[in-house]
Amino acid sequence: MNLISLTPIDLALAALLIVLLAITSWMLHLGIAKQLLIAAVRTVIQLLLIGLVLKLVFEQVSLLIMSAIALVMLLAAGREVVARQTHRFTGPWGFFMGTGAMFLSSFVVTLFALLVVIGNDPWYLPQYAIPLLGMMLGNTMNGVTLGLAALTRTAWQQRAIIETRLMLGQTWQQAITDIRRDSIRIGMIPIINAMAAAGIVSLPGMMTGQILAGTPPVEAVKYQILIMFLVTAGTGFGTVIVVNTAARRLFDQRQRLRLDRLSRVKE
Amino acid sequence: MTFIIEQLSHEHLGPISLSMASGELLTLRGKSGSGKSQLLRALADLDEHNGEVALQGDTAASMPAHQWRCRVALLPAESQWWHDDVIDHFPADYHFNQLGFTSETATWKMSRLSTGEKQRLALLRLLVNEPKVLLLDEPTASLDPHNTHLLEELICNYQSEHQAIVIWVSHDLEQIARLGGRQAMMLDGQLQEVTP
Repeated sequence: MNLISLTPIDLALAALLIVLLAITSWMLHLGIAKQLLIAAVRTVIQLLLIGLVLKLVFEQVSLLIMSAIALVMLLAAGREVVARQTHRFTGPWGFFMGTGAMFLSSFVVTLFALLVVIGNDPWYLPQYAIPLLGMMLGNTMNGVTLGLAALTRTAWQQRAIIETRLMLGQTWQQAITDIRRDSIRIGMIPIINAMAAAGIVSLPGMMTGQILAGTPPVEAVKYQILIMFLVTAGTGFGTVIVVNTAARRLFDQRQRLRLDRLSRVKE
Repeated sequence: MTFIIEQLSHEHLGPISLSMASGELLTLRGKSGSGKSQLLRALADLDEHNGEVALQGDTAASMPAHQWRCRVALLPAESQWWHDDVIDHFPADYHFNQLGFTSETATWKMSRLSTGEKQRLALLRLLVNEPKVLLLDEPTASLDPHNTHLLEELICNYQSEHQAIVIWVSHDLEQIARLGGRQAMMLDGQLQEVTP
């Protein structure tokens, strides 16, 4: 099967749907039409740019360039995590907590996959390394964002309960234990759902893409299973790390609840 | 046993110095915003503060904060509950046998309790740790006379049985007279002891 190349007209037809949706949103006063259009334009520009970048990178295999790209991806993901928080940690903590958790989980799991599981030569072959890291970071970012947001928001709302537990002589770990557990669950549920629904409710995007590009379905499935497991591990560990770090940061050395370390962002 | 507060200060509070002996009770009154609650929170080490607080020669800083709070226990005006059942807020082997509570109390749902019952249970829950110092932040403010009486009795019994030290914030002059003990006023973050 040959890949059918998409023409600009094909893409314009799909864009027409977005315009229709924007008009509908505008008529319903949803206040989201502008955001929708900006996001659509961003998709086009960002993906075209990365298409060009990938073309260059694939021709020039270098560990240094790969590392630079990985760093840019990580920092962009870190910025997104902060932007989604309604109760942010003040100072550098806000950024480095999420970014650090994603670095530890996504990078370690991606390295493991490239070095041990796939075993290319060189192991940082960009055709594998970039999409893999991208999928890892994209999903880990979701888990980290959801888990962190749930932890800080709940701690903010349940301040009186947490402090009552401290007054009863509980350690900070005991006082936050329920909230910490629920937050980690919230971060991990989407990826567990994705695994449970894979193949029945949804055909994962990467597998669909491979099949469209002519890969035999069973080969595409094997890659998809690998990706699913890697992504779940990365998301899970990333969420656990960020929620635990943030929970620790909510208390000081004297086990006092320090909500003054959070600042509330108006939505 | 002595409870010593030395040069305690925080933002608009203090510096406050005070010394109390076993079995002593101090009532504390003053306008809202004068720093009464801040003082109690600082004594339980829930807020940052300067100065030192010591019980029986051991300063708060000399032990992990949760151990300090087992000894120096704060009861806020409004009680907080996070499980559905009463029993889950108490140790597994806890026996409800005082203050009108029976073994049946263990099976109660939190949602069916009155304010008075909640406040009494909150106190019983706090006394599980057998604190040496009780910090009470307007414990009867939202209670009717009957429940107020029950709570006062429970606290005074505990105090005399354990020779506990009690600091009791109250606006009720009749209650202050009933309780006896030492009296103090809080004015703009400064504590002044007054002769009854």
